[in-house]
Amino acid sequence: MEFWIELVVSVFLVAGGIFVLIGSIGLAKLPDFYTRLHGPTKATTLGMGCLLIASMILATYQQGYLSVHELLITLFLLITAPVTAHMLAKTAMHHELEILDRTSGKELSKRARERMNP
Amino acid sequence: MKTKPRFRLLPMPLHSLILFVVWLLLNNTVAPGHIVLGGFLALTIPLLTSGMQNTQPGFRKPLATLRYVLMVIGDIIVANFEVAMLVLGSSKKLSPAFIAVPLNIEHELPITILASTVSLTPGTVSAEISADKKWLYVHVLNLTDKDELIASIKQRYEQPLMEIFEC
Repeated sequence: MEFWIELVVSVFLVAGGIFVLIGSIGLAKLPDFYTRLHGPTKATTLGMGCLLIASMILATYQQGYLSVHELLITLFLLITAPVTAHMLAKTAMHHELEILDRTSGKELSKRARERMNP
Repeated sequence: MKTKPRFRLLPMPLHSLILFVVWLLLNNTVAPGHIVLGGFLALTIPLLTSGMQNTQPGFRKPLATLRYVLMVIGDIIVANFEVAMLVLGSSKKLSPAFIAVPLNIEHELPITILASTVSLTPGTVSAEISADKKWLYVHVLNLTDKDELIASIKQRYEQPLMEIFEC
């Protein structure tokens, strides 16, 4: 395999790995459930994007024709990640999970639970 | 917003096209056999499911849609760096918040897209929508200025969506 392809693929792999790792660190480290939601929804999207681009380049090079079904994975990820986050946040509000004390607008979560206007 | 299907054989032309393309992408091929099979699926699935559809406003402006998609992809990349910085920094400095964003936009599809965009972009996750679909509740990871954030969501994402869907 040519050197520059290896280089590009490994750069994408490392970048993707770093983002996924940061997302996971966020999941472990942030103080409450709602802030923890932010790590996996965002950092993981870009991390997975980078990994899939690396996979696309490598597969295209090795098979000799354009490999595009990684794009589908990205698309499905972009559609499902926000929905998952939304459902998790909704569930958390219904279970009245503890909210970090310094969160401003805490009382809004009660209104949101009942789906009322603020 | 009621639109009569144009031909009964092809009740949802756009969906058929998407199904066809997704089928070929999933199989990662343009072999004739898969084109025939994909074509068959693209014709029959909409025929079976068109009765379950409730009408949504369509994408009226392809160029504006493309611009919106590119802008959101750019924002996702920025969002990732911002969230990465916040995660790696001290979590004692974070000031999380719940905010309620008033919505001018109507209909389910545009609101869904707006909520998804909000979840994917800098430091915000949509948490709930009020029953009358006038307010979107959003959790913010690190709030600096509430009014500015609400204004930026409305201007940056809601405005183009209203333009795209013309509602």
